[in-house]
Amino acid sequence: MALRHNKQNQDFLAQYAQVTGSSVIQHLEQLAAPLKGAKVVHVNSTREGGGVAEILQKLIPFKQALGIDASWEVINGSPEFYECTKGFHNALQGLDVHIPEPLLKAYEKTNARCAEQLRAVLEQADFVFIHDPQPAALLSHFPERRGKWIWRCHIDASHPFRPVWKYLRPWLEAYDASIFSLPEFAQPLPHPQYIIAPSIDPLSDKNRDLPPAEIDAIYPQFGLDPERPMVLQVSRYDRFKDPVGVIQAYRLAAKLTPLQLVLAGGEASDDPEGMAVLQEVQQAAANDPDIHVLLLPPDAHRTINALQRAADIVIQKSIREGFGLTVAEGMWKGKPVIGGDTGGIRLQVFNHYTGFLVRTPEGAALRIRYLLHRARLRRQIGERARQFVLDNFLNTRHLREYLTLLAGLQDGCRERVVVG
Amino acid sequence: MKTAPSAISPFEVRDCALITLSTGIKVQNLKEFRDALEKIPLASIGHHFWGRLLRPQFDEPEYNNDFASWAYRGLHDKTLAERLSMTLPTDFDSLEQLRLELVDTVEQRLDESEMIPWARADQQFYFLHSQIVVFDTGLRFDDPVDLVSYLPALSTGCIYYHFIDARSRTKQRCDDFSAWLGGFGDLYQRLIDRLCGFDPYFSSLEEIRAHVTSLFQTFFEEQS
Repeated sequence: MALRHNKQNQDFLAQYAQVTGSSVIQHLEQLAAPLKGAKVVHVNSTREGGGVAEILQKLIPFKQALGIDASWEVINGSPEFYECTKGFHNALQGLDVHIPEPLLKAYEKTNARCAEQLRAVLEQADFVFIHDPQPAALLSHFPERRGKWIWRCHIDASHPFRPVWKYLRPWLEAYDASIFSLPEFAQPLPHPQYIIAPSIDPLSDKNRDLPPAEIDAIYPQFGLDPERPMVLQVSRYDRFKDPVGVIQAYRLAAKLTPLQLVLAGGEASDDPEGMAVLQEVQQAAANDPDIHVLLLPPDAHRTINALQRAADIVIQKSIREGFGLTVAEGMWKGKPVIGGDTGGIRLQVFNHYTGFLVRTPEGAALRIRYLLHRARLRRQIGERARQFVLDNFLNTRHLREYLTLLAGLQDGCRERVVVG
Repeated sequence: MKTAPSAISPFEVRDCALITLSTGIKVQNLKEFRDALEKIPLASIGHHFWGRLLRPQFDEPEYNNDFASWAYRGLHDKTLAERLSMTLPTDFDSLEQLRLELVDTVEQRLDESEMIPWARADQQFYFLHSQIVVFDTGLRFDDPVDLVSYLPALSTGCIYYHFIDARSRTKQRCDDFSAWLGGFGDLYQRLIDRLCGFDPYFSSLEEIRAHVTSLFQTFFEEQS
């Protein structure tokens, strides 16, 4: 077990204590004490790009700092595998998607191959977290497993396309537990279903404080006008994020108030549709000099951080959203957020408190105009939004819930567990 | 009559963490709600009265339990919301009795209604329950005055365990601090009365912590 040096761990935890207060870290240390040395493996399908990878990048070292033997494995597949799992993703979010049999076979073959590659690690694990549908079929290759296996669904699965759900359900039923981000997303499964919202890392390059010069530098870098208000949506180029709807909202608002729009996205290696959606967005932007469509590399975290800090309003006009990490990121930077009235965004955005929920481009345009004309209100909402994230959506809360779940599962899912 | 601190067991500070689980039961109208109340696990009833304290929420808890909130926000039935919000778990000896009271309240409202109140599809009520993990912090206090300086630093988990969870654990249906102080005879009776007189239903855990701290501070300042 590659546990880091004690001094390193203490420094790591001390940095978080500066953000959250030491009582939060002490609480985590006490909760983790009975789990010291436990082997916990997380498995997903991409190391970079997308919210799941971002969460795991810090959750793993955090668990290690608390004495847990945590590790992270990534499965890789053929283009057919990713086409299939993108289909799963879209279908779980409600799209009517037909997935041809050869793609399903590619999915099953990839999982069978990866099961062999990971056999030694997964067989020895005390707890295995399988993230999203991509590696969900791994479990079927471990009939003799000794640990508890948990399926973590990061997707808004509240209204899945039934034929695809029927295909996936048998893979999922054998898990010891599953985790959904919201109660609305939970599906009938024959095991305990935990509700855990995702989180952001306050110390990551994407969220840590930046020197003012670094924020100012993004204006010339992307040809932005520092004198005009800027509205920003950061997200993958994905139809569920409704980037074209954001452009419509911008056009409606820009008729009445000076404005520039930045759409900043990257590619996730497990998303084959990204380039097609990017082209649709570029077409919709139609060379408008005040619409900046950016395709950023997966490691452009500080650039995104600077863009979010430079923005006057952060928008996330998704029509389906598991959680919406970019909402929490914007709020953490003290920005009011205009979010789609869907999924996990509802957990974060409260009308007039932390931003506004909208259902249409018209609604988004209305709230853009409303907020741009009230600078003091923008600041007040931004301050409340940051505090709300501090209290509820940092990775310290996320880790506390994971540790609670592990302690609970270890003890057989009883309602009250006394440890130590 | 005063009992010396050494004769009483020390106050053992425990902490806890809660995690929410789905029961898989959801309802969209008042009749479904009544039927579900009859069959949900008792733990779910407790969760919907107190679990909100450990959940992200921004709106003021105008109605102080999830059932009342849904009656207002989901069903738009203010009468039912008012009645449900005055159903206090500590008035009942068991959660089963509390369940019967809730069912009665809903039955009465159904009898009064010409049509069954219903909610929009995206405003359904999801019955949840929670799992609590309790652990010993190792902290011990022999003398109540020593708690004063430590209370502001207690985690919200400690506050939940000793001030909220205690209501379902202790004979007095109040908090652990009062139960412990009671062991000293009537020496701390005024403080006990004030602690038991505090209505925690409309406060966050941070607010409860601040209030309990202030009650302790004021009491010992008055004593000095």
